[in-house]
Amino acid sequence: MNAAVPYQTVVTPASPRIMAERPMKITARGVDVYYGDKHAINQLSIDIPDRAVSAFIGPSGCGKSTFLRAINRMNDTIPSCRVTGDIVIDGEDIYDSKLDVVQLRARVGMVFQKPNPFPKAIYENVAYGPRIHGMAKNKAELDVIVEQSLRKAGLWEEVKDRLAHPGTGLSGGQQQRLCIARAIAVNPEVILMDEPCSALDPIATAKIEELIDELRQNYCIVIVTHSMQQAARVSQLTAFFHLGTLVEYGDTDEMFTAPQEKRTQDYITGRFG
Amino acid sequence: MTELRESLIRKRYAAERRFRIYGASALVLTAVFLALLLASIVWQAVPAFTEKSVILDVVIDPAEADPANPAAGNYDGMVKAALKQVLPDAKSRAERKALNGLLSSGAGDELRRLVIADPALIGQTVTLPVLLSADATLYLKGLQTRVAVSAGASPVTLAPAEGGEGFVLSGPGVSSKPGLSPGQIVMSGSAALRITAIESGTASAEALTPIDASLSALTPGNWKTLSFSAPEADRRTSDLQATWLEQLKDAGRIETGFAWRFFTAGDSREPELAGIRGALVGSLLTVAVALALALPLGVAAAIYLEQFAPKNRLTDLIEVNINNLAAVPSIIFGLLGLAVFLNFFGMPRSAPVVGGLVLALLVLPTIIIASRAALKAVPPSITEAALGVGASHQQAVFHHVLPLALPGIMTGTILGLARAFGETAPLLMIGMVAFIADVPHGFTDAATVLPVQVFLWSDLPELAFKNKTAAAIIVLLGVLFILNAAAIYLRRRFERRW
Amino acid sequence: MSDHIVKAYDEDLAQLKTMLAQMGGLVEQQLDDAIDALYRRDTALADLVIQNDEKVDTLEHQVEEKAILTIAKRQPVARDLREIMVAIRVASDLERIGDLAKNTAKRTHAMSDQLPRKLMAGVTRMGRMAQAELKGILDAYARSDAAMALEVWRSDEDLDALYNSIFRELLTYMMEDPRNISLCTHLLFGAKNMERIGDHATNIAENIHYLVHGKPLAEGRPKKDVTSSLRIEGFNPSDE
Repeated sequence: MNAAVPYQTVVTPASPRIMAERPMKITARGVDVYYGDKHAINQLSIDIPDRAVSAFIGPSGCGKSTFLRAINRMNDTIPSCRVTGDIVIDGEDIYDSKLDVVQLRARVGMVFQKPNPFPKAIYENVAYGPRIHGMAKNKAELDVIVEQSLRKAGLWEEVKDRLAHPGTGLSGGQQQRLCIARAIAVNPEVILMDEPCSALDPIATAKIEELIDELRQNYCIVIVTHSMQQAARVSQLTAFFHLGTLVEYGDTDEMFTAPQEKRTQDYITGRFG
Repeated sequence: MTELRESLIRKRYAAERRFRIYGASALVLTAVFLALLLASIVWQAVPAFTEKSVILDVVIDPAEADPANPAAGNYDGMVKAALKQVLPDAKSRAERKALNGLLSSGAGDELRRLVIADPALIGQTVTLPVLLSADATLYLKGLQTRVAVSAGASPVTLAPAEGGEGFVLSGPGVSSKPGLSPGQIVMSGSAALRITAIESGTASAEALTPIDASLSALTPGNWKTLSFSAPEADRRTSDLQATWLEQLKDAGRIETGFAWRFFTAGDSREPELAGIRGALVGSLLTVAVALALALPLGVAAAIYLEQFAPKNRLTDLIEVNINNLAAVPSIIFGLLGLAVFLNFFGMPRSAPVVGGLVLALLVLPTIIIASRAALKAVPPSITEAALGVGASHQQAVFHHVLPLALPGIMTGTILGLARAFGETAPLLMIGMVAFIADVPHGFTDAATVLPVQVFLWSDLPELAFKNKTAAAIIVLLGVLFILNAAAIYLRRRFERRW
Repeated sequence: MSDHIVKAYDEDLAQLKTMLAQMGGLVEQQLDDAIDALYRRDTALADLVIQNDEKVDTLEHQVEEKAILTIAKRQPVARDLREIMVAIRVASDLERIGDLAKNTAKRTHAMSDQLPRKLMAGVTRMGRMAQAELKGILDAYARSDAAMALEVWRSDEDLDALYNSIFRELLTYMMEDPRNISLCTHLLFGAKNMERIGDHATNIAENIHYLVHGKPLAEGRPKKDVTSSLRIEGFNPSDE
């Protein structure tokens, strides 16, 4: 396959319906990401709506995770990484030099591939974010935030009696939900999830998917996944990335029944290669 | 085909078995060497942990000690007088000197302490153990002058020699086994005779101590012989001193105690008075300085290099140099200390503060490397998680990465300190090798350290110092063992699994 | 279309297609035989058709099972999913066509030699047309050719038109002589069967269009069968 083949971004006719129903949250225009000499993302433009789940799919190394990490500037931690183009959240360019990256990451939460709770108490895991952002004036307020976050993450009933136990003692699925609770605790607008279920068993995966579906009512969720079925199950919009470009982006229902691009079709039906 | 395969399988099994045997024998060999080393050190060190004293009834003479100034009293004189009371035979000046030689030069110290604590004792008689000299102690422990003591089994008759000095011994005890031989000492009570010659069943002998004229027959169980392996001239304990010590022993005046002095006293020229307290305190002070400097510097450097420094030529160069620094011979650091701290900054010679500075330089690379490894071992997912909830990089490092790396850092630091504890060479260069009898009280007092003390003692000719050396080595090993155990404990206790 | 990374997946799909081709061939044969039997009043051939319908049913079940198993195992999406769903629907349409052929064959027994040839010719002509439509649609399906399917879909208009005329014709006969009613009713049902076969063929055509384009055919169906709303002139039961 030749990297130089230009793909045109296709927005299927059905997606304007989804777009029209919801306000737009993230807008990217002409985004390029480089890792040193490697051109990881090439001229990517995409509109991501609020209060919906957008899934990024594509083969390994297609740039979907890279783009995800560009949305909360997590790529900044990699010295050789360079991002050009515009990524705008609520009309604010996140790569503006005046923007505080720490504040951005509080607005754009992230859940990682491997559950990575801090090796501290469950309570401390959730309370950490609100504490460093000064979101609670006292212990009582913090308790409320912790409980609400854990409730939203569907974990409260399971852990309410052992908040002082270490978060690392939970099962994999519980750990991942704890990580989601931790992300929710700082009251973000966007939640990015980088293959959140890849380390989990099917039951834990189902619980996370159910949680994502609930969270969609209040957040803009972007999820990177290797499981096409998962993308089909949880998302309203699906973007297919290949070789650093956005090949097709549209209504998930359409993507998985009748994709427009042959490349998308080949990938999702398992014919890539 | 199958035959070839079977032979290959057999060869494989044989190779595995051989390898296991090599490994096991290497382990066994190492263990044996280690055990031998430890055993020989412990064997040598054991005598240093006991000390011998003679119990004397000392009259605290008001003429010699002033209640107003009890510290200035002539307590040595009182102790010597008390010994003379017990062994009144020493008449000549030389004999008196020999008798006093049994006592340690610090024999009066204990008495002085007692009197200072309670001046009311002046004018009274106190019974107290008085420390014996190193030679006397060694004689009693049977370590220096090889002496065989055997009880007389057969009767011997004693008669003054005709026409002259000396005595003639006859009877079955002279010739029947074990018999007598020239150079032996025959003792009965306070009477001691040295055999000079044996002629056809009779032995001529000379008196070492005054012989009571009434003593004419030695009955079995009433006398004994001392036989020495070396002639008197080659011994540190003369025949006379030996008989005195035997008399004291027979009188039950010799007391064996644990040598607390070894842990409470500073260095001394007299083996029986020498202790390692000075060196131990010197070591602690030096290492405290080293720790106070190297830990914050090392950890700060490690955090900066690992988490914040840009990856470029300069940081690469620094990194390589830190690694190289860990391999620099320690004596070089001593030279540096000498040139910079002593000569350039004019800091005090032999002081723990300078030793600490030098050791800090020495262990800094170790601490940096260990800390960096510990920081690197913290999974990046933890940093990412912290950044993901909106922590700044510094918050992520100090709230999450550092606490997780701390056990590793502590382990590395303790191992670095253990190295500093055992270091000798650089301290030689800055003058911490001097003979220092006082226990240091501050960072600028002249001091020496444990390994240097070992080095110093091992150089001394007195046999008693050989034991002290081994004992000091055991203390040093004990300290290092405790440090290593602490490191292992920290690692086990706080090790996190991800 | 390139192959799947998992070869067994390709084999599953290919097997499904083969089973449908087999089923299509069998149904075609059944229809042909049913028409022949009717035309020649060959009751033996008609019995054979009735017997063979079971084979069609069995094949339909096999196709369904295979499809369900493939869905369960492969979780097909996009074209693969459409392929399987369409296979199930086509199989069901073919089974219905088989039933209609059987029903037509059954009516052979009720036919008698007195029937005017002319009447018979109309119904068999419809049969041939329906047969042609079935063949065309099976070819289109085998080739996944949406354009060809659309052509067949359009041609169903002609079949409907023919049905309308035969309907009127038969009605006229019945009105002329009430003795013809029994026979004509059978013929009418035969004609209706052919018309239904055409409808099933258009269903298949729509499915082929969905299979290829991923969306339903936007145009309205060219339904020219007006018999359901036809008022029968001059025949009013209340007149009697």
